[in-house]
Amino acid sequence: MSTRTEKIDALAKKAGHIGDDPGVSLTAAAWRRLRRNPVFLTGGVIVMAFVVLAILSPFIAPHDPAVPMLGDQVIKARNQIPPSQPGHPLGGDQVGRDLLSRLLVGSQQTLLVGVLATLIGLTGGLVLGTLAGALGGWVDTVVMRAVDIMLSIPGLLLAVSIGALFARPNIYTLIVAVATVQIPVFARLLRGTMLAQRHSDHVLAARALGVKPRAIVFRHMLPNSLGPVIVQSTLVLAISIIEAAGLSFLGLGNPDDRTPEWGQMLGTAQNVIDSHPQLAFWPAGCIIVVALGFTLMGESLREALDPKSRR
Amino acid sequence: MLRYTVRRLLQLVIVVGVLSLLLFAWLRSLPGGPVSALLGERATAATRARLTEELGLDQPIYVQYWKFLTRAASGDFGVSTGVQPGDSAMEIFLQRFPATLELSFLAIVIAIAVGIPLGYLAARRRGGLLDNMSIVGSLIGVAVPVFFFAFVLKQVFAVDLGWFPTAGRQTGGIDATRVTGFFILDGIITQEWDAAWDAIVHLILPAIALSSIPFSVIFRITRASVLDVLDEDFVRTAESKGLTTPVIRRRHVLRNAMLPVVTTIGLQTGALLAGAVLTEKVFAFPGIGQALAIGFERRDYPVLLLLIICAAGVFVLVNLLVDVSYALIDPRIRTMGGAR
Amino acid sequence: MTFATEGAPKLFDPFFATDGATFRTSQQIFEGLIEFKPGTADAEGGLAEKWSSSDDGLTWTFNLRKGVKFHDGTEFNAEAVCFNFDRWYNSKGAAQSPAVTGYWQDNFGGFSDGASPSLYASCTATDASTAEVKITRYTSKFPDILGLPSFAMQSPTALKQYDADNVQAAGDSFTYPAYANEHPTGTGPFKFSKYDEANGTVELVRNEDYWGDKAKLDKLILRAVPDETARKQALQSGDVQGYDLPSPADWQGLKDDGYQLLVRPAFNVFYVGINQKNNPALRDLKVRQAIAYAIDREGLVKQQLPEGAKVAENFYPDTVFGWTDDVEKYNYDPDKAKSLLAEAGQSALTVNFYWPTEVTRPYMPNPQDMFGFIRGNLEAVGVTLNVVSKPWNGGYLEDVDSGLADLFLLGWNGDYNTPDNFIGNFFSATDNRFGTGAATWGQTLSDEIKAADSEPDDAKRKGMYEDLNKKLKAEYLPAIPISHSPPAIVVAENVQGLVPSPLTDERFDTVSLG
Repeated sequence: MSTRTEKIDALAKKAGHIGDDPGVSLTAAAWRRLRRNPVFLTGGVIVMAFVVLAILSPFIAPHDPAVPMLGDQVIKARNQIPPSQPGHPLGGDQVGRDLLSRLLVGSQQTLLVGVLATLIGLTGGLVLGTLAGALGGWVDTVVMRAVDIMLSIPGLLLAVSIGALFARPNIYTLIVAVATVQIPVFARLLRGTMLAQRHSDHVLAARALGVKPRAIVFRHMLPNSLGPVIVQSTLVLAISIIEAAGLSFLGLGNPDDRTPEWGQMLGTAQNVIDSHPQLAFWPAGCIIVVALGFTLMGESLREALDPKSRR
Repeated sequence: MLRYTVRRLLQLVIVVGVLSLLLFAWLRSLPGGPVSALLGERATAATRARLTEELGLDQPIYVQYWKFLTRAASGDFGVSTGVQPGDSAMEIFLQRFPATLELSFLAIVIAIAVGIPLGYLAARRRGGLLDNMSIVGSLIGVAVPVFFFAFVLKQVFAVDLGWFPTAGRQTGGIDATRVTGFFILDGIITQEWDAAWDAIVHLILPAIALSSIPFSVIFRITRASVLDVLDEDFVRTAESKGLTTPVIRRRHVLRNAMLPVVTTIGLQTGALLAGAVLTEKVFAFPGIGQALAIGFERRDYPVLLLLIICAAGVFVLVNLLVDVSYALIDPRIRTMGGAR
Repeated sequence: MTFATEGAPKLFDPFFATDGATFRTSQQIFEGLIEFKPGTADAEGGLAEKWSSSDDGLTWTFNLRKGVKFHDGTEFNAEAVCFNFDRWYNSKGAAQSPAVTGYWQDNFGGFSDGASPSLYASCTATDASTAEVKITRYTSKFPDILGLPSFAMQSPTALKQYDADNVQAAGDSFTYPAYANEHPTGTGPFKFSKYDEANGTVELVRNEDYWGDKAKLDKLILRAVPDETARKQALQSGDVQGYDLPSPADWQGLKDDGYQLLVRPAFNVFYVGINQKNNPALRDLKVRQAIAYAIDREGLVKQQLPEGAKVAENFYPDTVFGWTDDVEKYNYDPDKAKSLLAEAGQSALTVNFYWPTEVTRPYMPNPQDMFGFIRGNLEAVGVTLNVVSKPWNGGYLEDVDSGLADLFLLGWNGDYNTPDNFIGNFFSATDNRFGTGAATWGQTLSDEIKAADSEPDDAKRKGMYEDLNKKLKAEYLPAIPISHSPPAIVVAENVQGLVPSPLTDERFDTVSLG
């Protein structure tokens, strides 16, 4: 098929290699390589900090991010937005809500978007990919044709189309739009890993021992597919967060802006980017750093899993 | 080979057919759309009902879809209600497609011109300063939202420094004859050099913004693939035979490393369409991406339907071309492609 | 001069237009019998130098300007006037769709086929420079409505030559004939030169044979730049010399950078609509009054709206006939709101509150922030809100019109200076978006509005409208008027002679680049 699918398939094949590698489990092998990899460590630290921040943010945020407590200082007519001041180090946003608190708490929704989109994409892909990979035959053909059709539309365009088609946009329609794009990616990946293992020694051995097909799928094939799936997931997390920001920029984001989310903060700041650049640069910076963190982790994981890796 | 190509073309037809059905059904089941777009806040419940009936929007979906298909068979995909009201969707596509093609072409040229040499140099000096810096650069290129990058570029180079125009394809009212719809080409054909130059200047910033992602990808693939080739036996053999580095570089490394790079370039060209939605909005560039962005905002269903289908079609077609040319270059692929 | 507009014009025949981009262009090419005095919404002589009416207000005699020629060289005379009236009245087929001839149907009603009553009766050319127009009933709107861009005079020769009436329904929309796309022919200060669709620019050139003072610019280019930020930056970088409707947030910055920000008089109204159909609690006047008291209109105007915005006390601005200050004001008083809700037994009031996304209007420059403000106000007095946001074109207007929204944000941009253009449009039908048909007084309100509109005596009519405005606030309160917000137009420092119009239909003939 297309080159996009080839990339997925290349990743999928790695599961086969690992399964055949006797005595060394995925985690041990990968971990040994990763422990000393500064790229992975940098990514890991960023991601950890992001997750911890998302969990703790409601407690460390100085103010309620939904309340326009500096509303009196907002004067649209004079393009006046609350500046930095005691108690509000970053000032306020367009309607006078504390910008620092919104950035801190915004990590939560941003993480939610990334994680949920990845989980939905993964679950959808898991169901389709397992069906196709395990059953084979016409199920495989039908599922994979559908997957190929979805893969035939450029990712962001598909997300935008889906996002625009909801009658009542909200944070969940946004997540679904971003997630749907990832379903075929995961489906193809999982099917590929299963095909790669179908003729591997440990599966053949299990089959010879009379282990039931379902047990083979769930006990042997799926766990061995984990590596490539984790790699893809970290990359998808970054992509989802960036794409969600793009959708917000196109006006397809979550219209309820009381609960902050970085992509949405960036999307709504576009009109004041020249006069109040801080409203755009802070959330943009956060998105870039976090996306970079996930990408660094994903790329170094991919390298660690690659038997040909040169690092 | 022929069977493979035919099969892939057939797949294209199925993709377009299924997509059109799905999109049509979904679009029609939604509220708003043509009636709201045409009437705005002046509408009353009565005029709204009348127009819905006049346009046949009260009929069952399958009747509407059949009507759409019969019209589409003769090239009529409906009339725009929001992007350029009154123009046919096909007209809008034909008018704007050259714009996006020009933009994508320049973007991919920039990505190649920077990505391949940089990737090659980085691989030759693996672990060096240039290598590390370009890796970080390419990672950031992927992590920065395209529209934000476009904004910063525009603010700095167009608004603050004034080196480039901020928006559009050409200065308004410029004396330009339209022949092909490709402004640069038109300028060259008609020898209106001013107009051609003006069109190029308008393209530069959006093309740079759009090239950020393909640059990152092309850079990384080039680097990885050059590293792979450097590691191959024949290079080592060549080195051991005493061939000097520049010769190896020219004869063996680059040529052999180019296969995966060519593939990537093809793939990235197709994917540019998605990035164009964001970039063209920022630069008010009248291409397909802008039409899509406005179409979504104003719920212009005929235009959205046609443009999304065309975008998917182009994407699949580009992939097909890449695969076929790839198969022609490397015979090993043919059997692989056939097996799938 | 290049001027950036939000969109490209849909077509160039104003009679079939409803969009601002088309009117922006057609105002340069065409003129009507009646024009609005620059900078106001008051009618004055256009192609008709003066006019008079019979005592019953049914026969109108227009004395036409002499020596006026259309751009194709043909003569403008009484026959041409009647040709235009008859063209409008005899629209057939797809041209009768509300999406095509919306302005005719809003203002004149039906067509010659008699399917619905029409205001227009006949037009006779008494002599070359006198046209006599008969209408079927007296209305305060006539002849002001003839100043609407839609009813501008077009060349009969060109109309015939380029098949101007051939509108076709095509799928979800309409296609227009060659006249509307390429050959608009009027009498105005600018002539249509070309429309470069691929580049989104319309080029107009000076009409050298114009009857009055010729345009100062030899060329006017209208360029579509759909993104608002892109419009601003195009001005800042000198690509264009002006653009329409800068966001209020940009006003100060533009002024600081030396651009001329021309603020138009506010000729619109923004209101919080109340629909009484589905939520019985809202049929209680006390509940509606409580909502009115709960909203801090002063605060909203000060924080969210541009300079020059005013709190609205009537449903139309004070430049319109019959406006009165002597109305119930409902000044911000959350305690009063709470006690009124308690009195009505609605302390736990729950309502659906709709607000639109993907839109800005001159009366509503930033719906999201304005909604956020009002939501805060209402929640502060204990009202529970089911918030629904929908895209303007993606279901918002439909839901509001079908009564799904108990509370909603909407407004109106005035077309001409009569009260009926505002309150007549809102409330004169009982199946309106406020569900006044469900109220005991809905029919009375409708009758009162129609009676006022049909009253030929100015003094009497003024009294009737003042009365209506008082009742609308004190007794009916079908919606809560919030604000009048002035839209602006911004041009570069060297642009001279542009007079901002409350109707946002500026002519560029007086404009020059200094």
